[in-house]
Amino acid sequence: MLADFRRWALNDDAGSRRQAAWGRRYRIWLALKGNPLAMLGLAIILACVVLAALAPVLAPYDPTVQELTDRLAKPSAAHLLGTDELGRDILSRLLYGGRVTLGMVIAVVVLVAPLGLAVGTVAGFFGGWVDTCLMRVTDVFLAFPRLILALAFVAALSPGVESTILAIALTAWPPYARIARAETLTIRHADFIEAAAMTGASPWRIVARHVAPLCVPSLIVRVTLDMSSIIITAASLGFLGMGAQPPSPEWGAMIATAKRFILDQYWVALAPCVAILMISLAFNFLGDGLRDVLDPKQS
Amino acid sequence: MTTMIEASDLGIAFSGTQVVKGVSFDVEPGESFGIVGESGSGKSTVLRALAGLNRDWSGQICFDGNKVGLRRDRTFYTKVQMVFQDPFGSLHPAQTIDRILSEFLLVNGIGDIDGRVNRALAEVALPSSVRFRFPHQLSGGQRQRVAIARALIAEPEVLLLDEPTSALDVSVQAEVLNLLADLRQRLGLTYVMVSHNLAVIAHLCARMGAMQHGIMVEQLTTEALRNDKAVHAHTRELVDLSLSLETVEAAAL
Repeated sequence: MLADFRRWALNDDAGSRRQAAWGRRYRIWLALKGNPLAMLGLAIILACVVLAALAPVLAPYDPTVQELTDRLAKPSAAHLLGTDELGRDILSRLLYGGRVTLGMVIAVVVLVAPLGLAVGTVAGFFGGWVDTCLMRVTDVFLAFPRLILALAFVAALSPGVESTILAIALTAWPPYARIARAETLTIRHADFIEAAAMTGASPWRIVARHVAPLCVPSLIVRVTLDMSSIIITAASLGFLGMGAQPPSPEWGAMIATAKRFILDQYWVALAPCVAILMISLAFNFLGDGLRDVLDPKQS
Repeated sequence: MTTMIEASDLGIAFSGTQVVKGVSFDVEPGESFGIVGESGSGKSTVLRALAGLNRDWSGQICFDGNKVGLRRDRTFYTKVQMVFQDPFGSLHPAQTIDRILSEFLLVNGIGDIDGRVNRALAEVALPSSVRFRFPHQLSGGQRQRVAIARALIAEPEVLLLDEPTSALDVSVQAEVLNLLADLRQRLGLTYVMVSHNLAVIAHLCARMGAMQHGIMVEQLTTEALRNDKAVHAHTRELVDLSLSLETVEAAAL
């Protein structure tokens, strides 16, 4: 089966659009597979996603059930990672917290990447006053300290997961717009764009079908590298009490509540810290690998 | 029969610098007109103004008796198409040949994409196996054939050729030139070709204009050129240069 797919995808005389597209994807995958660090990152991310998705099955306890007689228990057979200050099982909270944290990250990326891509390519392609307007707005957002703007935004709305997502999205899109614009400027006057104009295509079609696809690889790389900082921002907002609200087990909020007894009962804070560290590192590894594979300037 | 292309008093300026000054020429339907000159003489700029890719021109351009403005509409591009100089830069790197060729059909809502793409590939003597390849999987000559096929798929009356062979290997140059000559005869196309190579122009065009410093200094037929009837000093220079290059090449062989 796999060998068949391999032969089919790597065939130079592709017989259909689908085959050509899969051939391209498969070659990228092969190149990525050759990078052990990127594969390690991908494995960790996939593992985290699977663990978070299967949290209801895997978690030994309900993450919100309190057992005050057994609070701040050390890791043991009954509670593999111990319990927190309200006697809740930390492993269960970690698994459920993965859903909240990863969900927030994915929501932010889904909001941010297309917005940045659209703003950047339109500004770069049309130039003139469109470019000036869009880029000055971008500059304004870039000029704000990220966490402070997010804090102000969450404070203005109500603290919670949705506001956190919006706040991070609001502060995260400008770099994407800048990258997309820079990419667009380098290809705007390329002959293949002029050739597309000579089909009579509208400027919007040229931006969407010819310019934007070439900006996507560098955006993917940037998004993956940014994932870790999005996770950390989300955790920081949680830590400051502006993110997910109790009893929701968000990783940053877990660290925040554990800070009171971080010296005596270190394991309460340790588990979410390690989780954040691992997933951030994994995204960085994957991003580095993707940059090597996807960067159009190298092929 | 109306004149196919009529350019009169064409002037083009880039940020205040006049690159093309008062260029006028006519091209009859089915004719092949060459513009020859050194790099920087403004010949490609003239061609891009004709194609509507350059909007900083003044003067008057008529296609088939109709005056055209700075912006061209879709119907214009069903009549006029262009082949670019660099086949490595003129094909979208992330699109298959199929996608590149079908873009015109998609934009203009023309059906039978499969049939037309296959016919266009056959027209430029490319095997249909290249259809779903990416440009980087093709050779320079094959890429330029794809670029020609892309222009032909619009079934144009006029083909603007911007040094279509200068980026290619010498052996491939002849192939592409012969293909262009053959296509013109078969499809009754009108050509305007720009080149710095007099021999290439003389091979494909019956009439030519020589440009220097943004001015078209002389227009003459290829026959007059062969009979050494060029009058202007610059044209004679170009002739001498191309002759001496030929001797060098012959000596090298």
